[in-house]
Amino acid sequence: MQATTQTHSQEAHSHEHHHDPGFLRSYVFSSDHKVIGIQYGFTALAFLFFGFLLMMCMRWQIAKPGLPVPIVGPLLEHLLGDVAKGGVMSPDLYNAFGAMHGTIMVFLAVVPLAFAAFGNYVVPLQIGAVDMAFPRINMASYQCFAAGGVVMFVSFFIPGGAAAGGWTSYSPLATIIPTQGQTFWLIGMVLLITSSLLGAVNFIATVIQLRAPGMTWMRMPFFVWAQFVTAFILLLAFPPLEAAGILQLVDKVFGSSFFLPTGLIVSGKPLDVSGGGSPLLWQHLFWFLGHPEVYVLILPAMGVISEIIACNTRKPLWGYKSLVYSVLAVGFISFIVWAHHMYLTGMGTKISTFFQTTTMIISIPSVIILTCLFMSLWGGSIRFNTPMLFALAFLPMFGIGGLTGLPLGFNFSDLHLHDSYYVIAHFHYVVAPGTIFALFAGVYFWYPKMTGRYMNETLGKIHFWLSLAGMNLVFMPMFFQGLYGMSRRMSDGGATYALANPANEGIVTALTNTVIHLNVFITHAALLLLVAQIPFIINVFMSMFNGKPVESDNPWQATTLDWQTPTPPPHGNFTKEIVVYRGPYEYSVPGASSDFIPQNQPDAKPAK
Amino acid sequence: MEIPYTVKPRPDTGLYNAKLGIWLFLASEVMLFGGLFSSYILLRVGADLWPHGMLSIPIGTFNTFVLIASSVTVVMAWANLKLGNPGKFKFYMAITILCALGFLSVKSYEYYVKFTHYDVWFKDDATAEKYFKAAYGEKGPEEVRELFVDRFHLHNTNAKYDPAQIQLVGHIAGNPLCTNLKKLLAAKQETIKFTADPPKGSHEHPHEIEVKLSDVQRLSAYVPAHSTFFAIYFTITALHGLHVLGGALVLAYFLFTVDKWWKKAPEQFTNRIEVGGLFWHFVDLVWIFLFPIIYLL
Amino acid sequence: MSHDHSHSHGPGEACAHDHGHDDHNSPEYIQKTIKKYLMVGGILFGGTVLTVLMYYVHIPSVAITIAVALLIASVKAGFVAGVFMHLSDERKMIYGVLLCTVFFLIGLMALTIWAMHDQPFQTMIGGKPA
Repeated sequence: MQATTQTHSQEAHSHEHHHDPGFLRSYVFSSDHKVIGIQYGFTALAFLFFGFLLMMCMRWQIAKPGLPVPIVGPLLEHLLGDVAKGGVMSPDLYNAFGAMHGTIMVFLAVVPLAFAAFGNYVVPLQIGAVDMAFPRINMASYQCFAAGGVVMFVSFFIPGGAAAGGWTSYSPLATIIPTQGQTFWLIGMVLLITSSLLGAVNFIATVIQLRAPGMTWMRMPFFVWAQFVTAFILLLAFPPLEAAGILQLVDKVFGSSFFLPTGLIVSGKPLDVSGGGSPLLWQHLFWFLGHPEVYVLILPAMGVISEIIACNTRKPLWGYKSLVYSVLAVGFISFIVWAHHMYLTGMGTKISTFFQTTTMIISIPSVIILTCLFMSLWGGSIRFNTPMLFALAFLPMFGIGGLTGLPLGFNFSDLHLHDSYYVIAHFHYVVAPGTIFALFAGVYFWYPKMTGRYMNETLGKIHFWLSLAGMNLVFMPMFFQGLYGMSRRMSDGGATYALANPANEGIVTALTNTVIHLNVFITHAALLLLVAQIPFIINVFMSMFNGKPVESDNPWQATTLDWQTPTPPPHGNFTKEIVVYRGPYEYSVPGASSDFIPQNQPDAKPAK
Repeated sequence: MEIPYTVKPRPDTGLYNAKLGIWLFLASEVMLFGGLFSSYILLRVGADLWPHGMLSIPIGTFNTFVLIASSVTVVMAWANLKLGNPGKFKFYMAITILCALGFLSVKSYEYYVKFTHYDVWFKDDATAEKYFKAAYGEKGPEEVRELFVDRFHLHNTNAKYDPAQIQLVGHIAGNPLCTNLKKLLAAKQETIKFTADPPKGSHEHPHEIEVKLSDVQRLSAYVPAHSTFFAIYFTITALHGLHVLGGALVLAYFLFTVDKWWKKAPEQFTNRIEVGGLFWHFVDLVWIFLFPIIYLL
Repeated sequence: MSHDHSHSHGPGEACAHDHGHDDHNSPEYIQKTIKKYLMVGGILFGGTVLTVLMYYVHIPSVAITIAVALLIASVKAGFVAGVFMHLSDERKMIYGVLLCTVFFLIGLMALTIWAMHDQPFQTMIGGKPA
């Protein structure tokens, strides 16, 4: 943690960098973007695993309704009491786990990992900045996030348990559940939103203000562009949800009825509220964030993938400019597509046609991005290391996720597919083997920069192949279940529904035994997916101490500035003045002495 | 290690970091209040009836003046700092903070008045009529109807007697804060003493009556649970009030540390005042829309 | 103004720092803007008085009342943003950010309101079924 040789102003600032700041300041209350990035990373990975375990409990309940959850059943009963009597998940607990699985995975795992962790660590390095523009706000952002995480986590243990109204928290359901789980959820969300807001302001200001000399807009790595657009989405789409959260909180705590209509009857009794509210208002405000949020999940992933693909094919990204314009277009249009989640709320034909049209339009730039990434592979001399394997798998997996979204964007086909397992399969293909694969790729890719050691390749490849198999075996069957009409959010996996149609084989409207039996198959596949993560967990911790040390500061021979620093980068990042002379992906330039030219390498005098 | 452009603007963007930062933050604030205003519009357009004149316009106008004045003084404080005059800066900044405190005190008083003002709905028409007559004499139902017509701007309609909408308005003896039927019953109370508001066009309160809680369908102070109007009024103004409070705290910090900062880093301090001022103007700006929309329209 | 910070970041940047905005920092210029601030303060007071008066005058048309009140509020807001927040003389970057924000805000309001009114069955907020 030495001060760098960069210029100091003559004036004595109150900041002191010359002595060791001590453990707390270095690792807990650090304002260094790299430490904050790693804090985000570990917290988010922990929540990712926790959210995954919630899902495992749910999957058990779907496959074997009414049987005690193996291994963790007694623990659930011990911790949560009657909702898990005898180790069996009650429908209430299933609902709570379902709502929290979604919330945790989106807001506490994937977004913090994709945007905050990688963004914090890599963006300042890639643009040649010494830190984020507002380091202390950056720290506050992480602390808000941690507080939000704690509130969400604690809500499992309060009387009545966590929020159970689904991750979308539709009112009136979310408001009229008498327990306080939803209140905790809302307070947690307000904290998380504040955290992303502070983060977003910081990212945008950093990218605009702190680019190194010569780092023009069109010389920024695509990863930085993706993060930049993501930050804008977070900045402008989150506040309406914060507004909605505040309104629902007032509904919940002060008994108002923003989202409660007149004449609402609950359990046979009219609800004692003033009424006059609008449940649809919540849905509009929620999806105004909810849809752009999808791009918050996917754009950083695309950024990670593009860095890895460029480096491991040893050739420039195909169509850098179209990538940049597409990502800008995606960010922009993502704000006006939200109501395609609401076709079934009784929308009129005109407005649903509008949203259907914008939804189809936004698929164009998304496809351009994916196509450019595919094209980038053509003619490359590909290195099949672990990060690249994950990156390569991302492409078709995200492709499946994206293309299966089109039928949901058309209102006529959405009528059939809405709220079925098809929807679950679709967005999990985007997020799980899509985004999460990209994030794994990113971990394997930047790990040597963060620690100075490679992750183990063998374990990495086991992790990859098992995960790839697991993901597809879990989510592919769900498409079929959904097409057969299996609804989501059924705590018994549709068993009751199937029993209610006794002669169900052959009847089109009933769930056939085959469809129901797929539940068991999927649960086994999910178990495989769980097992697949063990090598990764071992790898992350083991490689820190006895991974293969890197041979140089730039082990992948990459061009971008994040690799032109010491390993790991010190406080202040760069030991030399950084000036950028070229674009981000100058690989295999004809006539060059090596197959990559770092961005900060000045033009040599022409050889001939 | 030194983060560049914390004081001097970056040449190609012409901005120093904090200025860009605050504008980005304000952009998100625009979306936050925009979301709330959208909700207001939707709830109001969708409502069958929307009350008018529930808030005191003189008080609201006074607060508007206070906030505008504070906006002027904060920009004057900044300009005087630019002129190199920290003495005058202190003067103007002190006024700004006094204005903020004034605004918040007036707002608290307004809240208090609302929290002790009650609407009572009765179980059926006959009971309601009985109490109307007890409060206002024989012409009771007509007086109440007029108040009702006035509140919901139904002047040109032939608004009918609707027990779900017509209610007795006034104060409960002892001025309890934010109570409701459930709480009163839980406190084993059977009756309340109630002073109805003056009839339309008068300022004299009718005499106190006794209301049996068993006759009451619903009883609510002017709190968020009262109606969507009060819910949105309290939510937006409270959120705005929190912004005023936060802004005032930051500005007060600047006021109390000016001597230290002015010696150490005058230019950076001036920038900070500009940024703090930008936030303060935004808070004023929100109120400029809030006042006509909630108080007047 | 005093210039006690001197960052040198990369070639060709350090020299550009102090120029171009000097006219905006000169005492004469600031004295002039102070007058402008007071004037705008006056306009804001006037606008408020006008809005309140309008309430007491009772314009019969609700639509006109709303339009005029919002118009006055917008003019006032324009003055606060333009003069107090110096938006009339700001950088391209900030205009860009604010333009995006305004676009999305209009999208949020307009599309939500449109969606609420384009319904085959009027089951919306408190409304009666058709």
